[in-house]
Amino acid sequence: MNRGERVPARFEVGDKVQVLDLNIEGHIRTPSYIRGKSGKIIQFCGFFLNPEDLSVGNTGGPVYPLYRVSFAMKDLWSDYDRGEDDELCIEVYDHWLDTSKT
Amino acid sequence: MMNEHKHDDHAPLVAEDDAGNLEGQQITNALQALLVRKGLISAGEITLEIQKIEAPGTHLGAKIIARAWADDDYRQRLLANGKNGAAELGIKVGEAQLEVVENTPEVHNLVVCTLCSCYPRSILGQPPSWYISKAYRARAVREPAAILEEFGLVLAKGKKIRLHDSNADLRYLVLPERPSGTDGLDEEQLAALVTRDSMIGVTTIASPQKTESN
Repeated sequence: MNRGERVPARFEVGDKVQVLDLNIEGHIRTPSYIRGKSGKIIQFCGFFLNPEDLSVGNTGGPVYPLYRVSFAMKDLWSDYDRGEDDELCIEVYDHWLDTSKT
Repeated sequence: MMNEHKHDDHAPLVAEDDAGNLEGQQITNALQALLVRKGLISAGEITLEIQKIEAPGTHLGAKIIARAWADDDYRQRLLANGKNGAAELGIKVGEAQLEVVENTPEVHNLVVCTLCSCYPRSILGQPPSWYISKAYRARAVREPAAILEEFGLVLAKGKKIRLHDSNADLRYLVLPERPSGTDGLDEEQLAALVTRDSMIGVTTIASPQKTESN
């Protein structure tokens, strides 16, 4: 793709998504505690340069959709003993997500 | 030398004391000395840049909070677009976008960057050393209620915690609940009540009349 071109957004607000557990090299900014977990898209943040490109000094790539995804704390931690409604919101790029299977 | 720069007392930026950081500082100092000696940059330019980085203090964030408390229409606009809201007050947000998250009687917000130390520096200045410590970054997303208690904040059981891990392009600012007993105060007086820690979400703001913590 050309510089600044937009990678199409595959998801929208309300979609249930799963964070991919990508076992590849590179600057994937999904902390381990959300990998493989399912959450819901709560906000579309816009298009930004891919951290994987930026980490190697490449600012000439396409821009990717970024979303805020919400996870229930009890889904992230099996022993979470506080509120059922406690949630964690984090930003995840489109290509690090897939449709949730659950 | 960068570490001789005169500035307000605050905790050192690096909380971890391991060999890697020490070496990095030595390299930085050597590089700086070389660049200055070769006339590529001046010591004055370095001082200016440090001042620019350190200039934003929490007063910018406090100003935003105070206006949101005083003006409900502004609050709505701020929540819809934090960067534009700040710009209305003449405050330039340097980061890609500012997300203002509002505390309510039902929800308490807490901000962390687990991967590094992302923080709305252009409006809050440099983060406190505990914010960039590994302990906070690991524990905030694991046991937020325990962290809050360590900061002296005990939330009601039914109150929901909403955590924000700012791991990408947004930066987060907590809009604390306006404390009671502040009806007569003007914006300047309101801004004086707002603390840095309340804008990160580890504390709330006590009513000015009360002396005990909430």
